[in-house]
Amino acid sequence: MPDIDIDATGKTVMLLGNEAIARGALEAGVGFVASYPGTPSSEILPALAKVAKRRGLYAEWSINEMVAMMNAAAAAMSGIRAMATMKQNGTNVAMDFLATQVRWGVRGGAGLVLVNCDDPGGRNSPNEQDTRSVAKMLDIPMLEPGDFQEAKDMTRWLFDLSEELDTLVMLRAVAKISHTSGNVTLGELSSREHRASFPLDPPRMVAGGSLNAHARLHEKLEKTREKYESSPFNRYVGPDKPELLIIACGASWLHSMEAVRLLGLQDRVGVLKLGTIWPLPEKLVVKHLAKSDKVLFIEEVHPFLEGNVMELASSRGPTGPHPFFYGKRSGHIPAFGELNPDAVIQAVTRIMDIAYQSRPSEYSNKVEAAAKEEVILRIGTLCPGCPHRASYWAIHKALKLDGRDGFATSDNGCMSAGLGPGGFFVAKTHGAMGAGAGMADGFGKLGQFGLSQPVLGSVGDSTFFHAGIPPLINAVWNRSNMILIIYDNSATAMTGFQPHPGTGMTAMGAQGQTITPEDICRSLGIRVEICDPFELDKTTETLLDVMRDEDHGPRVVIMRHECELQRARRETPPYLVYVDAEKCLGESCGCDRLCTRIFRCPGLRWNEKTGKAEIDEVTCCGCGLCVDVCPQGAIVREVAVSEEKELQEEIVGR
Amino acid sequence: MKPLIKDPLSLIIIGVAGQGNVVISSLICNALVREGYLVTFGQSYPPQQRGGSVINYVRISREFQASPIVPQGRADVIVAMEPVEALRMLNQYGNPDVITIVNVRPLQAIDVTGLGVKYPSLDKLIEDIKELSAQTWVVNATEAAQKLGNAIMANVVLAGTLVGAGILPLDRNSMEPVIRERFPKAGDLNMKAFDQGVKLIKRKSTSSAS
Repeated sequence: MPDIDIDATGKTVMLLGNEAIARGALEAGVGFVASYPGTPSSEILPALAKVAKRRGLYAEWSINEMVAMMNAAAAAMSGIRAMATMKQNGTNVAMDFLATQVRWGVRGGAGLVLVNCDDPGGRNSPNEQDTRSVAKMLDIPMLEPGDFQEAKDMTRWLFDLSEELDTLVMLRAVAKISHTSGNVTLGELSSREHRASFPLDPPRMVAGGSLNAHARLHEKLEKTREKYESSPFNRYVGPDKPELLIIACGASWLHSMEAVRLLGLQDRVGVLKLGTIWPLPEKLVVKHLAKSDKVLFIEEVHPFLEGNVMELASSRGPTGPHPFFYGKRSGHIPAFGELNPDAVIQAVTRIMDIAYQSRPSEYSNKVEAAAKEEVILRIGTLCPGCPHRASYWAIHKALKLDGRDGFATSDNGCMSAGLGPGGFFVAKTHGAMGAGAGMADGFGKLGQFGLSQPVLGSVGDSTFFHAGIPPLINAVWNRSNMILIIYDNSATAMTGFQPHPGTGMTAMGAQGQTITPEDICRSLGIRVEICDPFELDKTTETLLDVMRDEDHGPRVVIMRHECELQRARRETPPYLVYVDAEKCLGESCGCDRLCTRIFRCPGLRWNEKTGKAEIDEVTCCGCGLCVDVCPQGAIVREVAVSEEKELQEEIVGR
Repeated sequence: MKPLIKDPLSLIIIGVAGQGNVVISSLICNALVREGYLVTFGQSYPPQQRGGSVINYVRISREFQASPIVPQGRADVIVAMEPVEALRMLNQYGNPDVITIVNVRPLQAIDVTGLGVKYPSLDKLIEDIKELSAQTWVVNATEAAQKLGNAIMANVVLAGTLVGAGILPLDRNSMEPVIRERFPKAGDLNMKAFDQGVKLIKRKSTSSAS
């Protein structure tokens, strides 16, 4: 795919759902975009940042989602069409501001759109959430795309809606839309000029406090509902009188259509796809409810449509249509997790009493038997060469040597590996952005109640700037006996290497002001140590010393080593690493297979036949860290002299 | 638009995180959309950048935009960058008509290196994969890529194998522009990798009736 500002009206291209959202914003004439990286929302901002200069936009990775939302609101109030993009957890961070912002609107300025990407199943999140509830709670008009074309078209239209209503509006996309690619026919790019000025005397700004604002917001929602009643984003496919009516939205709509087709039920089952989620287009829904006496809801995550439609049906009184409702409440659809076509197939076949077999049972028996025997579990882990593995190794050793049952906290992003084998299970708590710092601050105050275990608070570098600074200041102010470890890998690695204040680069590729964690920490007057975790022994000693230094309030250890994947995007591997089979003593060494059983970098493997460790040259990144782990010195690193350096650089740069 | 061998045609393209199977999917999807097909390319992936299984679902139709997930037992084609992953996918999405393309180079999982879990016998694994597929292509894409200079190009090699197998309405001419667009600095090298993949299928094809 070429850049998203390709000027090719009417051309059909393949776009990621998130790219389609970015394209929709460009077609609407967006001038200001701000975001904080978070899967599954992370691709929207870079797509716009890449074309920002030539399109005359401003695009920014903000320090966190609250600031991103505030920035976008300021731009909209000054007449620049603005958008903030984030994942569901980010919307939580912005929520305090959102709750008030939506009541004051954009003061007659330009459109303001919040794009929220939900992660049903929480595969890439600390939890799963349904942000449609936020739209209902805060009275925000919301749309949800059911495919990639709609992801673009809805984003474009939301800017118009926002201006017409003079209010903040929202797009909610689920992961299987945001992170799925599909066909999108491009529309015309906007030629809107971006000129900002802040009107001191806005026509629609009325004094009188929050109650009046709330009342006005309800009027706006009623206007929105009227528009939604005839919106092309709602569609019905099926017979006039279906035996079963499915009401679906988002990717669940695609799953529903798939299930109906696969079961060959096109003449018996109808699907109403809703794109206008909040407020509900009541007349439209009531009209369709009259079609069938059985209704099934397919949606991720909460029974949101289900609950609101049931509420609507019951408010119609005894004469209104009262079908039987199936969905999460009835147990026909899983109450949590991401949905798929099979979940719909199961529900439909159960309701309509139809038999369905996905494949012959003889085949199932055979494949299941083979899989049971041969398919090994393959859990995710830290990458080969990850500096966090080195940090966790040093922490693991230091906690053992300290001997007081110390533990670490964990934070979001790659840091969460500390909870599992990749981080040697050193981390014991996990929460939200900044929780690794905030909880350590709390543990550090429990000495008076007898807690004597050392606690190593953890926060990644990007997260430190996002939400780690207030807990640290709180710890300093209140003299918490706390250690904060900042894992500085110079990247926001888990979400795809976005820059942050520590790197100094901005989203648009300009050199901004670099802000280092140590400058901030030292300004608080506390002890700050900086380690390269690849110097394993020195790092372990520093950690031990810091743990014993308990009389001076909070201490900070910065583990600084660049993310290996980020390095590998630029350079060829530093070392050629191999195992000297003569020196490796295997099981008889007494090291208990330290390298493969405990250290467990994916670049190392165990050779059953020879009973010795070896390097998988396909996976090894050549960092050379394992050389210092082997007690026999059997792992060897040689400075890589690539005869085909140019070829390698070409491949790296591909 | 040429007809499809099935509509919708459902592909599973699987790899271990870091192998870059997403590149295979993205190349063929872009080429198919250029030819006018409706394509949905969905993904399931682990949170970390490395280690777990990354599943790509590619759905191709002339009629409609299909769901981003293949229903259980309904894959038409499985392309696996690693042999255990092939069987993992056959277990979930296989059926007696499925066509499987598998790269034979094993990658151990950290539970194999660490917890004493044994990686299965490669011979037995390949035998089972053949037994459970209507047609199987067993290739060593990693080796072919290493010969070209770097194992990472196994993904483009396998894209060549997939196109060379003649399952998709695509050929070298339809792939070349998308490969060169994806790799502006290393277009020639990646075209070489693609051509190697096509050659692998001509040389090493094996098929067995299930």
